[in-house]
Amino acid sequence: MTTMTQTATPHSVRRHRHDSIGDKALRTVRRLPALLTIAFLILITGYPLVWMVINSLKSNSDFLNNPSWALPETWAWENYATAWEVGNLATTITNSVIVTFPSLLLIVVLGTAAGFALEVMVWKGRGGVLLTFLSGIMIPGQIIVLPLFIVFFNLGINGSLLPLIVIYTAGGLPLTVFMMATYFRAIPREIFEAATIDGASILKSFVLIGFPMVRNAVITVAIVQFFLIWNDLLFALIFAGQRRLNTIQVGLLNFSGEYGAINYGPLFAAICITVGGILVLYLFLNQRIIKGLAAGAVKG
Amino acid sequence: MKSVLGDPKAIALLLGPALLVYTLVMLVPIFWSLGLTFFTGNVLQGFEFNGIANFEKLVNDKAVHDAFWFTVNYAIIVTIGQVVFGYGLALLYHFVLRKSSVVVRTLVFFPVVLPTVAISLLYQKLFQSAPNDGLVNELLFNVGVTPIDWLGAGGTAFIVVIIMDIWRSVGFYGVLIFSGLLDIPDDIVESARIDGARSWSLFRYIILPMSLPILFASLIFSINGTIKVFDSVFALTGGGPGSSTTPLTLYMYRTAFQFSDYGYGSTIALLLTIMSLLVTLVIFQQSRRDNTK
Repeated sequence: MTTMTQTATPHSVRRHRHDSIGDKALRTVRRLPALLTIAFLILITGYPLVWMVINSLKSNSDFLNNPSWALPETWAWENYATAWEVGNLATTITNSVIVTFPSLLLIVVLGTAAGFALEVMVWKGRGGVLLTFLSGIMIPGQIIVLPLFIVFFNLGINGSLLPLIVIYTAGGLPLTVFMMATYFRAIPREIFEAATIDGASILKSFVLIGFPMVRNAVITVAIVQFFLIWNDLLFALIFAGQRRLNTIQVGLLNFSGEYGAINYGPLFAAICITVGGILVLYLFLNQRIIKGLAAGAVKG
Repeated sequence: MKSVLGDPKAIALLLGPALLVYTLVMLVPIFWSLGLTFFTGNVLQGFEFNGIANFEKLVNDKAVHDAFWFTVNYAIIVTIGQVVFGYGLALLYHFVLRKSSVVVRTLVFFPVVLPTVAISLLYQKLFQSAPNDGLVNELLFNVGVTPIDWLGAGGTAFIVVIIMDIWRSVGFYGVLIFSGLLDIPDDIVESARIDGARSWSLFRYIILPMSLPILFASLIFSINGTIKVFDSVFALTGGGPGSSTTPLTLYMYRTAFQFSDYGYGSTIALLLTIMSLLVTLVIFQQSRRDNTK
C-alpha cells in the first residue's frame, strides 16, 4: 500500500500544474479504455456467478422455456431444500470437514516443527533434507496413489476417511515445511540461543518462542492448505467414492451426474451452496487469503 | 551454544514425525510405483510379472500419444494464457488503477478459491447447447452466429477447458505478478518518464525487463500445475467427447481404477512424473543461466 501511495503523488503534483477544463475532459477520455476494461473484468467475473444464482431459483420448465438470463417466473426457493436433501449435502460437508481439519492440524504442527529443525537448528545434512522435502512439490499424485491404495486396502481402512487424512497430511508437508523454513530464516537465531542460556530447553523455546513468533505464517500456511484439501478431487474420487464417504466435491459431481442431470434448479442450487460457503469465508478473509496464496506460490 | 541448537534428540523429535510421514506416504510409494511398472493386475486379482510389456505398450499406445499431446498443448496454452493475461491484469492494477485496484483485485481473485467441480458444472451450463442453449449460445445467437455444440466436439471442448481454466486462475496470476511489480523502484520509472519515455518505450525498455524475474517465477508455478491438470477436465468434459480431451493424468486414472490395470497405470504415471521432472530441471537450468548473465 505504502509503495503505491508514493507512486501516485509525484504524478498528481505534475498534472495539477497544467490543469484546465479541456485537460480534465481529455483525461476522462484517456481513462475510458481503463474504465471499459474494469467494467469488462467485473462483468466476466461476476456475471456467471449472478447467472448461477438466478438459475438456481427457477423451476425446470422455466429454465427450459425461457432465456437463461431472464429472472425466474416464480422464485423456486425449494430448489435449495431439494439440493440439500437429494444432494446429500449434510453428509458430504461433514465428510469434508472431518477430512480437512485434522489434516490441517497435523500439517501445521508437523510442518512447523520440521521447519524449525531444518532452519533454526544447526546440523549436518539439513540442506539435503530440505531439498528432499522441496522436491515433493513436483510429484504428481498419480505416481503415489496406487501403492497407497494397495497398502490401505491391506490395512482394511479403505472404507474410511483415514486414507485421505494421511495423504493430505503428507501431501501438504513439502510446501509447508519449505514455507515455514523460509519464515524461520527471518528470525535471528540469537533469540533462541538467548532462551537456552536462560535455561529453556530447545523444545521449550520452540513451543514458547518459535511457534508464537510464526503465528501469522502458520495461518497463511493453513489457508493455502485449506483450499488445496477442500477442493481436491483426485484422491477424494479414489478413496471417498462410496456414497457415505463422499466429500463435497465428489458428492457434487455425483449429484450432477444423477439427479442434477435433469433437475436444473436443484443442481444450480447445489453449486450455489458449495460456492456460498467459500464466499462467506472469502468475505471475511479475502486479503489474508490473497496474500497467503500468493506467498505460497512465491515461496514454492 | 551450538551444542544446544544441534541437540540430536531435539532434532529427531521435531523433524522425525514430518520426515517419517513424508517418506512413508510420498517417497516410498514412488519407488514402489516404479516396481509396479513391471507387473500387471490389481489389488483384488493379484499381480503378475510381465517384464517390460507395459513399456512396449506405452510406446505403441495411441491413447497415450493423444493424451501426451493433449497435456502438452493444454499446458503450453494455459500457461501462456495465465502469465500473459495475469501480466496484463498486474499492469492494470499497478499503473492504471493504483490505489483503487484493491476492489478489482479482490473480485477477480474470487474464482481462484472456488472448487473446480463447482466451476466446471457452472461452465457446462454456460456453454450448454441441449436441451436448451446456455448463456454463451444465447449471446452468439443474438449477434447472428449459429449456436455451437461446445462440449459435443473435441476441438470446441478443448476451447471451453482453456477458457475456463484461464478464467478461474487469472486473478491469482494478476496478484502474483502485481506483487512483483511493486518491487520495481518508483524512481527508475519516474526518471525514465521525465527523460521523455512514452508509454510504449517505458514499458518495452524499463518495465518489461524489470518484470522478467516475477514473470519467470509465475511461469514455473503455472507449468508445474498445468502439466498435472486433472480436476477441471474430469469435472467439465470427463475427458470427452470420446477421449478427445483426456490428459495423461486422467488416462492414468481410468487405466488404474476403471480398467483395473495398476501396472500399466503406474507406467503412465511414471511418464507423467518424468515430464514434471524434466520441466522442473529445464526451468531450473534456464533460471541459473539467466542469473549468471
